[in-house]
Amino acid sequence: MSRQSNRTTESKKMNSELFTLTYGALVTQLCKDYENDEEVNKQLDKMGYNIGVRLIEDFLARSSVGRCHDFRETADVIAKVAFKMYLGITPSVTNWSPAGDEFSLILESNPLVDFVELPDNHSNLVYSNLLCGVLRGALEMVQMAVDVRFAQDMLRGDNVTEIRMKFIKRIEENLPAGDE
Amino acid sequence: MDTRFTRGKSAILERSLTRPKTEVSVSAFALLFSEMVQYCQSRVYSVSELQARLADLGQGVGASLLDVLVLREKNGKRETKVLNILLFIKVSVWKALFGKEADKLEQANDDDKTYYIIEKEPLINAFISVPKENSTLNCAAFTAGIVEAILTHSGFPAKVTAHWHKGTTLMIKFDEAVIARDKALDGR
Repeated sequence: MSRQSNRTTESKKMNSELFTLTYGALVTQLCKDYENDEEVNKQLDKMGYNIGVRLIEDFLARSSVGRCHDFRETADVIAKVAFKMYLGITPSVTNWSPAGDEFSLILESNPLVDFVELPDNHSNLVYSNLLCGVLRGALEMVQMAVDVRFAQDMLRGDNVTEIRMKFIKRIEENLPAGDE
Repeated sequence: MDTRFTRGKSAILERSLTRPKTEVSVSAFALLFSEMVQYCQSRVYSVSELQARLADLGQGVGASLLDVLVLREKNGKRETKVLNILLFIKVSVWKALFGKEADKLEQANDDDKTYYIIEKEPLINAFISVPKENSTLNCAAFTAGIVEAILTHSGFPAKVTAHWHKGTTLMIKFDEAVIARDKALDGR
């Protein structure tokens, strides 16, 4: 099979509404399938993780981004390249911890939540939790263990949507046991 | 009425419904959809159950999409004729969802209740490889769900199913009553 040569330069775009509504249908279904919001959050994170693991390959193939040298560079690539490429938005990177191992992504708009209003009985639902899983899964594939969570969410009445990311450790290539 | 409509704190009700010019990548959608299919698959025992689940998910999408499109493209006027609602789906709905019109809209030769929407290369199936052991599986069941919801919520109860035929074909079977009503309207 021949490979398309223009594959790296552009990725196809589509109207965000099908994406938004499809995600909404998924969350609605999960709320029916699981008993409480915590379980739904967990499931969204898990599905996001599975997506992230696959998405990183697509991302590395399409962007010409090489290995990031530090967490600051990683943050920039996530915000300016990856979010732009997949969701068409560019979050800002702020609130660095003094040690440089923690930062926040501030999302002014979030394509996952157009048309969405949380009903009162789902106050613990982290609607866009899929994103946390995606970030965690994708970074794990480039040997970075990262903790990702929503610190603020406009859906829950906060002024901005903030994803907090904390670098935990670099994952060593682990050899199979007994294979040193 | 639900109290949440009156409490007035929700910014979403103030937002304009005109088309937002935002785009996401097709990969993002493909990965999300694939994860959805896998999730559904993990909770069912048969291909037909899986398709039913995907169709259910599609119904949710269709129901929300209908209102927004009617407001945007039809000045709030709903269709009352079978042919018009089918064209609305072929043109407006397809453009909103997939950025293009559906390839073909046909009526069955032998049955005035049955119509087909034919798509040679549907976006939904673009990244799905169907395993040999369930070759009847068609993830366009999701699209079928969308179309069914749009028809049903517009007052045209119908069954919509997805088939492998000339690419992917959505078969729309209207209730008898719908066709009878349409003929009565024509007669006036």
